[in-house]
Amino acid sequence: MNSFKFLVAAYVATWLIHTFYIGTLFSRYRRLRQSLRELGKRR
Amino acid sequence: MKKLFLILAGLTALFLAYATYLALKVAPTDALQGDVYRIIYYHVPSAWTAFLLFFINFIASVQYLARTKALLQKAVQWVVIAIGVIGVIATFLPQVQALLPTGMRPSAVATTVLAIPAFYFLLGWKFPGDRMDMLALTAAEVGVVFCTIVLVTGPIWARPVWGIWWAPGDIRLTSTLVLWLIYVSYLVLRRFSNSAQTQIIAAALAVFGALDVPLVYFSIWFFRTQHPQPVIGGGGSMDPRMLHTLLISWMAFLCFAFLVCWSRFRLELLKREAEQAEAMESLVGAGSTAKASLPLSRSAR
Repeated sequence: MNSFKFLVAAYVATWLIHTFYIGTLFSRYRRLRQSLRELGKRR
Repeated sequence: MKKLFLILAGLTALFLAYATYLALKVAPTDALQGDVYRIIYYHVPSAWTAFLLFFINFIASVQYLARTKALLQKAVQWVVIAIGVIGVIATFLPQVQALLPTGMRPSAVATTVLAIPAFYFLLGWKFPGDRMDMLALTAAEVGVVFCTIVLVTGPIWARPVWGIWWAPGDIRLTSTLVLWLIYVSYLVLRRFSNSAQTQIIAAALAVFGALDVPLVYFSIWFFRTQHPQPVIGGGGSMDPRMLHTLLISWMAFLCFAFLVCWSRFRLELLKREAEQAEAMESLVGAGSTAKASLPLSRSAR
């Protein structure tokens, strides 16, 4: 059964999903840091 | 703390690379399916990790709901202890063992039952106050990510093996999809509701949602389904190298999930800190406006 491409697709999909989620965590973290900094400046 | 996180992240990356090496190179090829069976080294550990995270979400939600009243909290503690004690004793009774599906070991059931009080008291001790709600949210979000991987890698495996991407009506597949939808709705509720009761409503939803986890897990024991039968604890057999690779992969994914949960929890802490700071600022702003308008109102009198 020539199904190696499915195996590769599954592994790549797994890491794409994890990378995407970690990316959203990073962007949320950066936005929060930014808003905290702005809040500090306003004080 | 940041240094420790980076060290753990490096070790986890090495562990994951080793698990992938075992999965692709060391584990033998399946005689029937060929190389595509190696998807289980990502699919099954992701499923187990998702179940564990939803279980943590369930325990945290029960704790959060129980903390609303002191009497309720005491009652839930005793119920949890009773579940642990009675559950363990019951699994060793011949009458109860006769009810267990073929191949399921009583010791495995007893361990699972004991995990309920163990997790309940451990989490209650480590996550006081509002942190319990933050833990529930973290576990649900990361659990949804792992459950998404299960739902994506499953059909990719099914296409070459079954000849179809999805078996409509199959209870294992459908219940997993329902589980994913329940936790996505939990996250949507948490994200978009501004009600003061959101945390309580979400915790109640999580408690009912968690009922789907045993249904997903035991569906392949109790129902006729196209999904493969369990090879661990289900009476099946597996090459020791395959089993070793599967368990190493799960350990690696557990370490990874722990780090992701840690990051998500820190993010939630920071978010609530920012919300508090913003609320304080608006309160101070409102106070100074009131002070400024005070002489005016006095003169008006």
